[in-house]
Amino acid sequence: MATPAIDAKMEISGLDVFYGANQALFDVDMKFAENRVSALIGPSGCGKSTFLRCLNRMNDIIEGCRVSGDVLLDGNDIYAGDLDVVQLRARVGMVFQKPNPFPKSIYDNVAYGPRIHGLADNASELDEIVENSLRKAALYDEVVDRMSAPGTSLSGGQQQRLCIARAIAISPEVILMDEPCSALDPIATAKVEELIDELKEDFTIAIVTHNMQQAARVSQYTAFFHLGKLVEFGDTEAIFTNPEEKRTQDYITGRFG
Amino acid sequence: MPEHTVKSYDEELNQMTGTILRMGGMVEQQLADAITALIKRDPELAARVIEDDKPVDKLEHEVDHQVMRLLALRQPMAVDLRLITASLKISSDLERIGDYAANVAKRAGALSQVEPMRPVAVIPRMSLIVQGMIKDVLDAYMARDAERALAVWRRDEEVDEIYNSLFRELLTYMMEDPRHITPCTHLLFIAKNIERMGDHATNIAETISFLVTGTPLDEARPKGDTTPFTTSPLDLPDKGPGAA
Repeated sequence: MATPAIDAKMEISGLDVFYGANQALFDVDMKFAENRVSALIGPSGCGKSTFLRCLNRMNDIIEGCRVSGDVLLDGNDIYAGDLDVVQLRARVGMVFQKPNPFPKSIYDNVAYGPRIHGLADNASELDEIVENSLRKAALYDEVVDRMSAPGTSLSGGQQQRLCIARAIAISPEVILMDEPCSALDPIATAKVEELIDELKEDFTIAIVTHNMQQAARVSQYTAFFHLGKLVEFGDTEAIFTNPEEKRTQDYITGRFG
Repeated sequence: MPEHTVKSYDEELNQMTGTILRMGGMVEQQLADAITALIKRDPELAARVIEDDKPVDKLEHEVDHQVMRLLALRQPMAVDLRLITASLKISSDLERIGDYAANVAKRAGALSQVEPMRPVAVIPRMSLIVQGMIKDVLDAYMARDAERALAVWRRDEEVDEIYNSLFRELLTYMMEDPRHITPCTHLLFIAKNIERMGDHATNIAETISFLVTGTPLDEARPKGDTTPFTTSPLDLPDKGPGAA
């Protein structure tokens, strides 16, 4: 497998993950390029979400889950004993499949992270963070008149952008997205995709998606997983026009048994 | 290649390749008939070949339609995408070959009205090679065989060489007797048309190579037609400056 030359923000090597006696990931080596979007694709159960969750130690809370191998963020092992996991998750944020706003106002959804991390010294600084985050998430103009309305009163697509605004409010370096558009209609999906393209200016993005056209549209690098192994990783264009591995070709062309 | 999970996708791809193969068979026959009309001095057959161009054009539109449908409904990837775009290009090459065959037939009709010319004899030999190229390149398309496509690609040099020597011969005839100019010009255009058909067959070969390998053919094909550099048959060298 020809791995592209990458200026890596995150570097993973020899990663094995077990759920009890079952091995979910086998010896995965991969790099996430800084300020680029990397897509993880593969059939259900191939390990792509497990892999994504290793990147900010979301697997820690799953009972019986064991992780071995190296996951480096800026060259530092995120599984090191003395590492503060809360701090890690502030640097590596996450957006989930279903929009999950807090049962709070739109404003408080975004302000929550900066408050608990103490990122604002006063109310006007906090206002500024909230406004910037909502603007970056391309939601500000739609909610500026109703900041105190509950986050759950927004449409599904708006809720997802609210969750993205919440994730970026604490200025993470990496954003992990697990099927961020699977619950959205095509227009909301297009808005989120446009947003992802803009966000890569400031963040390193990893996205799990079942929608291959989406992976092809939004990412610069694509990794194909199958049965817990990383089958192929390369430039998105090469993966979708002329993949090296037969299994990749069979999957992306819809020939999988 | 294993089948797609969605069976109707395979059916649509097969329909498209089937249309290309039918088109290929038709233009192959069109060329063979045009040459027969020339040799047998048969204006009726020539007229039929000209008419045969319409169904070929119709099939080209059918390929266009099938390709657009596949692109819109299936969002093809990788080898499927290459097959579909390749088929679109191949159909337009085949359509051009059909046009050239019709033009050969028109000139065959005109030539049947005048005295027979000796150089006519070279034309069927040239045409047989091109007919073989069209047949083989379609076999290569059906079998997704890049090697066989490459063999077609290389054979085009032979066609160019025959064309060069015929060009020289016809110029000599025209200089001998100005009354030869009209029939010889027709023959020259016929030969040029067949030479162009060979070029379209090599285009198709290149397309197939890309379809199979995913990378464009970077080897430069030796360009054999040296006649653009010619000023007089007397100073025409055996091999022109562009020859390999």
